[in-house]
Amino acid sequence: MGVKTVPLFRKPDSLVDVRTHYCPGCGHGIVHRLIAEIIDDMGVREETVIIAPVGCSVLLYNYLDVDGLEAAHGRAPAVATGVKRALPDHMVISYQGDGDLLAIGTGETIHAANRGENITVIFLNNAIYGMTGGQMAPTTMEGQKTATTPAGRNPADVGFPIRACELINTLEAPVYIERTSVHNPAAVRKTKKAIAKALKYQKEKKGYSFVEVLSMCPTNWGVDPVEAADWIKEDMVPWYPLKKFRDIPAGEEK
Amino acid sequence: MSETLLMKGNEAIAEAAIIAGCRHYFAYPITPQNEIPSYMAKRMPQVGGTFLQAESELAAINMVMGASAAGVRVMTSSSSPGIALKQEGISYIAGAELPAVIVNIMRGGPGLGNISGAQGDYFQATRGGGNGDYRTVVLAPGSAQELADFTLRAFDLADEYRIPVMILADGYLGQMSEAVVMPEPTGKVYEKPWAVNGAKGRKKNIVASLKLIPDTALEDHNRHLQEKYDKITSDLHGTDTYMSEDAEWLIVAYGTSARISRKAVDRLRADGIKAGLFRPLYLWPFPYKELSEASKGKKKILAVEMSLGQMVEDVKLSLNGSTDVDFYGKAGGALPVLDEIVERIRNYGR
Repeated sequence: MGVKTVPLFRKPDSLVDVRTHYCPGCGHGIVHRLIAEIIDDMGVREETVIIAPVGCSVLLYNYLDVDGLEAAHGRAPAVATGVKRALPDHMVISYQGDGDLLAIGTGETIHAANRGENITVIFLNNAIYGMTGGQMAPTTMEGQKTATTPAGRNPADVGFPIRACELINTLEAPVYIERTSVHNPAAVRKTKKAIAKALKYQKEKKGYSFVEVLSMCPTNWGVDPVEAADWIKEDMVPWYPLKKFRDIPAGEEK
Repeated sequence: MSETLLMKGNEAIAEAAIIAGCRHYFAYPITPQNEIPSYMAKRMPQVGGTFLQAESELAAINMVMGASAAGVRVMTSSSSPGIALKQEGISYIAGAELPAVIVNIMRGGPGLGNISGAQGDYFQATRGGGNGDYRTVVLAPGSAQELADFTLRAFDLADEYRIPVMILADGYLGQMSEAVVMPEPTGKVYEKPWAVNGAKGRKKNIVASLKLIPDTALEDHNRHLQEKYDKITSDLHGTDTYMSEDAEWLIVAYGTSARISRKAVDRLRADGIKAGLFRPLYLWPFPYKELSEASKGKKKILAVEMSLGQMVEDVKLSLNGSTDVDFYGKAGGALPVLDEIVERIRNYGR
């Protein structure tokens, strides 16, 4: 009686209370929640349009309580461009996986970045195609076994894993580029900061922002969730360093 | 604007789109439609609109999808090989039930083909074109004036039925300069409560073509689309006939083929041979009933095309074996030859 309770942890308003379709240990749900928290924090739920890709996160719009649009495989940055050009004051987020962003959609990725579209691209890199059953992604690690590289990825045959941040960092227009991870709580907090900054810059019309998030796929990596988190730290991070590549609005060097 | 202008067909499309209220245009260069992006690059900034040269036809059609989903009038244009690339996006736009205007200024094919005008994309345009069970409305203008008029109509139809509408014209129509009186805006306004423009004071909107749950979701959606296509088929009627009533020999043609065929009718009539012309203005929905009616009592029907026989299949479907159908076609960007059409029909009577 008379005691006021303040919840320390609750569901963000922008997150829909539905059952997840993601596998145990998958990182998508973490990143979805972070986006919802940030949308709440910024108070932009009613002006946000989110573009879902083809891949495991195609149902992204079921989880977020914002207007959602589904793009063909790889075309999310082009769709986002169309939305943003029609609604320049809205928040437009393109959420994409590795096959979407760096294989079939490489052209759209590079050119939306190069135009400096005032959108935010959130790139979830789990080094594999999840939805289709664990095939090689452009970001699959050297030696990594997948459904289409049963003997492990051989760079002599199929090339090396592509580093998206480094590639986009060669372009002039982008204002914010960072790679983070969700393999432990500290990394999750850094990811939230990075996405929040990217969306803040978009709100301020600074230009194109890009956040790559290393994420777990225990199901298709064939390991348990704890091992998956360790694998990011030990195998992925050395190849995909976690760092801020560019933060022009903060006055940092390109 | 009621003055008479001398314009290329391609320019007439672009200006008509502006009149229709289109303020977003995305495209990738390809011959023979390059006057459209050039015109838009100059004109859109003057009217506060967006012209954006995309990195590919794929990107362009997906920009169209994004802008359309956001609730604005939007157009793209291309030519045959580029339209083939856009088919991915057109299928998604059809599946998500978005309005869009797509212009195909056809050139010779298959493959890179050549850059001369042709009518080889009839099947692709009228049978959906991309994956899945869908249709697009297809308009078949025959002059620069009609390119302008039909462009206005295309925007209204797209909004009214939430469907991609294609303007299908051969490269000769796009390139030819003719007198045009720019049409007045139709003034029709369409509410778009489905648009993804921020869930303010309403539940969120989702624009998607994925239909997974429940198990029957996609079949239900396919049936819903089919009901729409049936309605369009019963709503849209557009044909142009020339000396067809008492004709013994009826030519069926659209676009540049119809213009040459009309000349052939004049030539034959001057010699006392009763020829006539039937010109569909919509290629989908094709005027099956109208052609069936118009062909009653005719001795023979001649389909004339700038392909080796595509529309002729719809002509045969219209007639269902009731009347003899002949075909005359030129391919690879070549024009139908007036003398050859005249001679073909002259021979029927011999």
